[in-house]
Amino acid sequence: MIHGVLAVAMVALSAWAVATFPRSVLVFLLFQGSLLFTYLARIPAWLRGALFAVALLVLMPVIGYYNGYYLEVATQVGIFVALALGLNIVVGLAGLLDLGYVAFFAVGAYTWAIFGSPQANLIFGGGAFPLAPGWFYPFLLVGLLVAAGTGLLLGLPVLRLHGDYLAIVTLGFGEVIRVLANNLDKPINITNGPKGITPIVRPPMPFGLPTSEAFYFLVLVIVAVVIVVNRRLEDSHIGRAWEAIREDQLAAQAMGVPLVRAKLLAFACGASFAGVMGVVFSAKQVFINPESFTFLESIGVLAMVILGGMGSIPGAVIGATVVTVLNLQVLKGLSLWLNELKNAGVTVLGYSLTDLPTQLEPAKYERMIFGVILILMMIFRPQGIFPVRRRARELER
Amino acid sequence: MAALFEARSVTKRFGGLTALSSVDFALESGIASIIGPNGAGKTTLFNVFTGLYACDEGSVTFRQQSLVGLRPDEITTLGVCRTFQNIRLFANMTAIENVLVGMHARVTLGLWSVLAHTAGFHHTERRLQARAEALLERVGLRRHANDVARNLAYGSQRRLELARALASEPALLLLDEPTAGMTQGEAGALMRLLRDLVADLGLAIILIEHNMRVVMEVSDRVTVLDHGEKIAEGPPRDVQTNARVIEAYLGTRARERRPRAER
Repeated sequence: MIHGVLAVAMVALSAWAVATFPRSVLVFLLFQGSLLFTYLARIPAWLRGALFAVALLVLMPVIGYYNGYYLEVATQVGIFVALALGLNIVVGLAGLLDLGYVAFFAVGAYTWAIFGSPQANLIFGGGAFPLAPGWFYPFLLVGLLVAAGTGLLLGLPVLRLHGDYLAIVTLGFGEVIRVLANNLDKPINITNGPKGITPIVRPPMPFGLPTSEAFYFLVLVIVAVVIVVNRRLEDSHIGRAWEAIREDQLAAQAMGVPLVRAKLLAFACGASFAGVMGVVFSAKQVFINPESFTFLESIGVLAMVILGGMGSIPGAVIGATVVTVLNLQVLKGLSLWLNELKNAGVTVLGYSLTDLPTQLEPAKYERMIFGVILILMMIFRPQGIFPVRRRARELER
Repeated sequence: MAALFEARSVTKRFGGLTALSSVDFALESGIASIIGPNGAGKTTLFNVFTGLYACDEGSVTFRQQSLVGLRPDEITTLGVCRTFQNIRLFANMTAIENVLVGMHARVTLGLWSVLAHTAGFHHTERRLQARAEALLERVGLRRHANDVARNLAYGSQRRLELARALASEPALLLLDEPTAGMTQGEAGALMRLLRDLVADLGLAIILIEHNMRVVMEVSDRVTVLDHGEKIAEGPPRDVQTNARVIEAYLGTRARERRPRAER
């Protein structure tokens, strides 16, 4: 009871606070915290669902009206949640360490970027492209299929490898896709090389929604679908087979799990989520180039999965949220604040911050602090924020 | 009549070492035990039977179908399943989930039924769960159904492995030292269970076992391996008194060797 009142109060209060102080990062963090509390609080499922629906479907767009950047943050969080959930299948459930996951994201992004811009004219000739904006929606499916196919292609040669060897090959694969994107501007100009592709057509916005709101809702819908798909897979013979492979591949095969098929399916499922989000990403950004799909992005998504708790759906969601918010808001806010201190000539222990050499600029601390957080997490909570909880099955008799 | 399971002149070499040389083995029904000193090739034989190793020569057939060249999961689907000498459970999954994985070969649902939660999916899941519960009941682990496998006691883990293997609905079950680490009482209970399984389900069982009392009590037939060769085969009583078997287990020239060792 008290939990329910608290949850409602926190969500309402923090939403009001964000509307009142639309520039304060801390207040927006409070809003996110209230959602986390709602998730953890001991309240009836309907209340939790209602609070989430209100917060995500009503409050968040309203907050976005006061401060558009927060909506952008929320959209990015959604994109990374879908990516983390996809990688969670491959790494968390099936136990196949994939260090080149962003390649599938890139494949999806380029699928729409090429056909949703004049770029395709350079390949096929004529002037039929870009496709009409309405084609964006069917291309969500095309991006999914192309990425899943790429996942199968990657899976086939590497299935005999495991552990470190698999990690190295997938790392190489991720780089191959990026290098391909970088160099396929000749002899036929397919990707336009390092210059990237622009302008990419945006989908028609349903109900006359403003662009950023429309993308927010689109991402939200896709994330919801991804979560449902993930849960259904996990609670089926397919998910159990993946986990069995992770636990003991040889025993899994001896119990009748066809390793090749199960692993290929894991790769394809994981890749397909990234492919769909890739299509959304390219339309949202209007411009993409190979720089968006570096090794660091793959590592970032992996960090989300590990930080959240491998193999756990709530873990992947919270991991993606924490890492994205850290990178976009907290650490950036911190370095901005330090910069202000520096420009104001504040002295610490008799040392003026203005004298800081450029090598020690506050902006350079961001990565370091992120690294320290990762290390501390791995020392004090190696199982992640929300580790997998084994669901107890109700016995019949 | 052709045997349910038949292996002919199975040979397996690891580099220069011949782990199995021309071993013949056949089983129609009941319980057959394979015994022999450490390193005799018993587990290697199991690995050849279940497709983990490819044999260099010879043939293995089950219901007149050759198993040579098939993958382990294909062999399991045909109806031959096994347990492992060093327990290989899915340690971080619950007991009932372990058993459910064992049923994988018997699930015919496609990806779409899972994603769309079709009626077939719910029906199958209920059926699988009911069967899994019944199997856990049978091996006496029902109240541990939701315990994570790694937390189970050693003897329970062995019984869970048995339940997991039974889940694949085998016609032939290969058990690699199922009573290792059990007390005499637990081993006896397990053997009674095996006897019941043979009687109820018409299951055929091949047993690798070191516990001689168990072997002599439960087996219809005993095969003795030594250095990768079959040195004896027959009813337990005959094998027990076979000179070559006694030699393999106890050695012979002990008296001659002793002075040399002292020097």
